Amino acid sequence: MISILQNYSAMLMKALGYTMVLTFLALIFAMIIGLIFALMNVSHSKILNFIGTVYVDAIRGVPLIVLAFFIYFGVPQAFKMMGINNFRLPALQAGTIALSMNCGAEMAEIFRAGIESIDKGQMEACRSLGLTYATSMKSVILPQAFKVMIPSIINQFIITLKDTSILSVIGYPELTNMGRTIAGNTFLSLQTWGIVGIMYMIVIITLSKVAKRIERKIKIEDR
Amino acid sequence: MTKGYQMKSDNVKIHVENLKKSFGKLEVLKNINTDIHEGEVVVVIGPSGSGKSTFLRCLNKLEISNGGEIIVDGNNINDKDVNINKVRENIGMVFQHFNLFPNMTVLKNIMLAPIKTGKLSQSEAHDTALRLLKRVGLADKADVYPQQLSGGQKQRVAIARGLAMNPSIMLFDEPTSALDPEMVGEVLAVMQELAKAGMTMVVVTHEMGFAREVADRIIFMDGGYIVEEGTPDEVLKHPKQERTISFLNKVL
Repeated sequence: MISILQNYSAMLMKALGYTMVLTFLALIFAMIIGLIFALMNVSHSKILNFIGTVYVDAIRGVPLIVLAFFIYFGVPQAFKMMGINNFRLPALQAGTIALSMNCGAEMAEIFRAGIESIDKGQMEACRSLGLTYATSMKSVILPQAFKVMIPSIINQFIITLKDTSILSVIGYPELTNMGRTIAGNTFLSLQTWGIVGIMYMIVIITLSKVAKRIERKIKIEDR
Repeated sequence: MTKGYQMKSDNVKIHVENLKKSFGKLEVLKNINTDIHEGEVVVVIGPSGSGKSTFLRCLNKLEISNGGEIIVDGNNINDKDVNINKVRENIGMVFQHFNLFPNMTVLKNIMLAPIKTGKLSQSEAHDTALRLLKRVGLADKADVYPQQLSGGQKQRVAIARGLAMNPSIMLFDEPTSALDPEMVGEVLAVMQELAKAGMTMVVVTHEMGFAREVADRIIFMDGGYIVEEGTPDEVLKHPKQERTISFLNKVL
């Protein structure tokens, strides 16, 4: 155990860094994707509703590992079939895209539920004052919805952080992938996976604690 | 003393003709015809389910009518070329459940629309909001959030917010129905002051005292029709229609 820490601690920390960066990137992209599709889903346009529903259902209906394989192996092949041979999608990009799309569909549902939880009298009051739908959303509905959504967003953040481990299958250099390398080199599976597990745990428990604190602060403000 | 509504200005602010509205198979408004004149205070009464709130909500297109015409200040609001947001700027609305924005202070609640529509600058909107808060007797509440106000105070803020765009028409949808009894008076007082100042008002309410004292005209609705209308004296004291009489017997 000590030998692993001695020899591999720098690599493990670097891999953890990748995990964190991937998580944050995916979360940021997912928030953008989620907001766009949630707005489509709550709009009064049947076409936009349809597009939003298709995206959410399709992505939520596919396991992340399949989505990752599809993007990493499938998409370059599609380009090849179209006659573009030198198209490459490195694991870093493919992994980020797959995780963002996956997390984006979940975010879309969180955003939709958040927006729908706001009393419809709020929108009516805005519109009665002559505000446009877009202004009403931006100034009144979304700020309130966002507050409601924060616990779910934090929860999703933790899920996404754990989901990054799935991207080890396409060679993304994150923590689980590093664990596999170390366990393979040293044959010390018990120790390696123990260390990797504890590293995840420390990060996630810390984040959960921070999240709880934020949540409590919001609740107090609301009083 | 009641003012006869015939005496009011001839200037028609809202013209309603053959208005129909259904929710699915349920016909809520069957055929509504009326004119609301400048400076007139029209109080709409009737049993619940009579369509009075729906009628009010059609006037600023919160409900889209299924037939007929609504002309507000010369604009047919069902016309695709009419910018409904522009029309709404001229029609304030007060809701039963206040619908104040909980994420903003009282002052910001009032300032939002004038600023976002570009009607007033930040400082003009600020001054207007303070002036309106003073008018409804809540100048000291500018920086608190709506959650910290009583029901009556919330509704007075909502009236101030409705006035912030300087509308020439105000719609009131059961403004005192969600209030504790001791707070009804303060809201009605503000509305009465507004009526005296010459605001065109359409008020859906169960407050018969307010109807009697403030209304120029009372509309009694039942079953999606206007059953009877006239001065408070005519409708409340000398109702002609059987349904009006039976309704008044229950509420008075």
